[in-house]
Amino acid sequence: MTDPSNPQASAIIAVADLVKQFGRFYALRGVSAEFTVGRLYAILGDNGAGKTTLLRSLAGLSPLTRGTILILGKKDLRSVCSEIGYMAHPSLLYDEMSGMENLRYFARLYGIVDDQRCADVIRAVKLDPELTRPVGQYSQGMRQRMSLARALLNDPKILLLDEPFSNVDMRSAREMVGLLVGMRGSGKTIFVVTHQASLLNGVADEFVWMEAGQIVNRTPDFHPPDFHPLETR
Amino acid sequence: MSSDGLTRATLIKDLRLEWRSKDAINSMLFFALLVVVIFSFAFDPTAEESRQIAGGLVWVAFLFAAVVALNQTWARELRNQVLDAYRVSPAPPNSLFLAKALGNFIFVTVLEALMTPLFIVFYNLRALGPAWQLPIVAVLGTWALVVNGTFFAAMSLRTRSREIMLPLLLFPISIPALLAMVEATTSILTGEYSAKFWIVLLVAYDLLFTMASLLLFSFVLHAE
Amino acid sequence: MKYLFTIFAVLTAVLLSYGLYQALVVAPTEQTMGEVQRIFYYHVPSAWAAFCLFFVNLVASIWYMVRRNRKADALALAAAEVGVVFCTIVLVTGPLWARPVWGIWWTWDLRLTLTLVLWLIYVAYLILRKFSTSGQTPVIAAVLAIFGALDVPLVYFSIWFFRTQHPQPVVGGGGSIDPRMLHAFFINLIAFSCFGALVCWSRYRFEMAHRDVEDRQALESIMEAGASR
Repeated sequence: MTDPSNPQASAIIAVADLVKQFGRFYALRGVSAEFTVGRLYAILGDNGAGKTTLLRSLAGLSPLTRGTILILGKKDLRSVCSEIGYMAHPSLLYDEMSGMENLRYFARLYGIVDDQRCADVIRAVKLDPELTRPVGQYSQGMRQRMSLARALLNDPKILLLDEPFSNVDMRSAREMVGLLVGMRGSGKTIFVVTHQASLLNGVADEFVWMEAGQIVNRTPDFHPPDFHPLETR
Repeated sequence: MSSDGLTRATLIKDLRLEWRSKDAINSMLFFALLVVVIFSFAFDPTAEESRQIAGGLVWVAFLFAAVVALNQTWARELRNQVLDAYRVSPAPPNSLFLAKALGNFIFVTVLEALMTPLFIVFYNLRALGPAWQLPIVAVLGTWALVVNGTFFAAMSLRTRSREIMLPLLLFPISIPALLAMVEATTSILTGEYSAKFWIVLLVAYDLLFTMASLLLFSFVLHAE
Repeated sequence: MKYLFTIFAVLTAVLLSYGLYQALVVAPTEQTMGEVQRIFYYHVPSAWAAFCLFFVNLVASIWYMVRRNRKADALALAAAEVGVVFCTIVLVTGPLWARPVWGIWWTWDLRLTLTLVLWLIYVAYLILRKFSTSGQTPVIAAVLAIFGALDVPLVYFSIWFFRTQHPQPVVGGGGSIDPRMLHAFFINLIAFSCFGALVCWSRYRFEMAHRDVEDRQALESIMEAGASR
């Protein structure tokens, strides 16, 4: 299971013939791929291409109809879930609690009872741990960053981010990209589903293009193929 | 990782969140009050009759109040899809279930504590039998409703018409427990016969369904 | 194997017709109750069929939980649907029989109450299956079936004790029974068992065929998507 372009690297995630059926609709129609450790992958495609379904399957949130997923060599996703951090467009945070209170609770889910860790992670996303304002009153940029902090609590080897830049102001988005670069530098493997591929131009190691439930292309650069009318900034 | 610690942390978190968004509690308390008043208007018995029917009235009223409370058990976890954060983590599902069930138990007990004095007043109730058994029946009966109610509320999460799905699932399965609660209460109020069998039945019901819920909850939590 | 279904259907039709003849013509009229007593030949066998089908649903549900076998789920659904139909027949024929004979439409005795509770549980089961938006509907439904099964003994004991504390006159026959009546009863019991099994089997086949069509359609769209690349 080695990447032919770089025999030294190993596949941290390998998926084979993934099929996900919702009644008559197939969200994933046979996805097979290998992903190497320590890289930042941007997953692109139109709505309904299956990007979110793929990510949720990797996170263990969406059981597959058919196919296998191997994460860190394990088939049982529940055994490796402490190595995964997941973030989606909904914040996965309680609106009525402050950032620190939220993180203190979610840290417990991973067996972490360390306030210092929560504070460190909040500072890492450039937010203030002392802020007592409830998360519901944050701006979208702040909320997404706090959500990212939550995903980082357990220091995961793999980060799965679904539309992290959606509705986020430009400055926050660029800051988040900077954070992701730093995390890749420390050896994390990062998957970003996004419609704003231009933000990752020159940053992502690989762009994975999906269409109609399949991976149609994998390119090292962001050159939008002609049949993909992506937004330009 | 201590799962008791996680249950406690989740319970405290839920209570704190409930306290902060007080509107839900207030409207539910008021609803409970209204239920008592409506029932008292609809059934206006003499003192003799009231002891015979009060058991049934009180528990049906508690049941309706409980359903309103149970329906919003998981609502907080659906906002911002917080439940996904739990599902993705290695945290044991049973800790979440127990915390929710205990939170509901506290909540429904508060409602009952409000409604009971009102019923006593409106119906001039006085227990002719061993009144000390009444709190036991209340605790066992409330847990019977809450443990299944919490479980079925979780099952209803992935259905259309979530709010009606909960009572649809809960009421049939609760019938033996309801019969036991009502009969036990009536027998204590009238003093005519012993509530012992019904209390034992409630204990059996509670044990059986608590175990079943704990064993099967992970399937429900991880269902998409 | 292909003809097993047809043979079974023919056999069932024969048994039902023979049972009808026995019940309405051969069996003598009951002394006290009159002609209406003949409902007995349909009321009790329907209850038997319903309870058997609910048991099949429980077994299929457990089998599904353990093996995640699609056929088990289809069987569970079929058994539940047909069981509810037979159970409805029991609940309708019961009052129809009771009213002219004993003067009351309904009584909370053990058998009737148990039947009603089972009916309620399984109607809730069917509604859950219909309204579920989950991809794991079979799992959730199977869990509900297990809860229902756990409830049944508790219902039994609670009603039994309730009736010992508040006794009432027994309804539903007693005394010696004419051998011709017994014969008619057993014929209809067997006929209804076969009938229940037959309808459940055909519902099961229909469900499997329906799912196969869905899968085939979806597979075609995958092929198309692959071919167009």
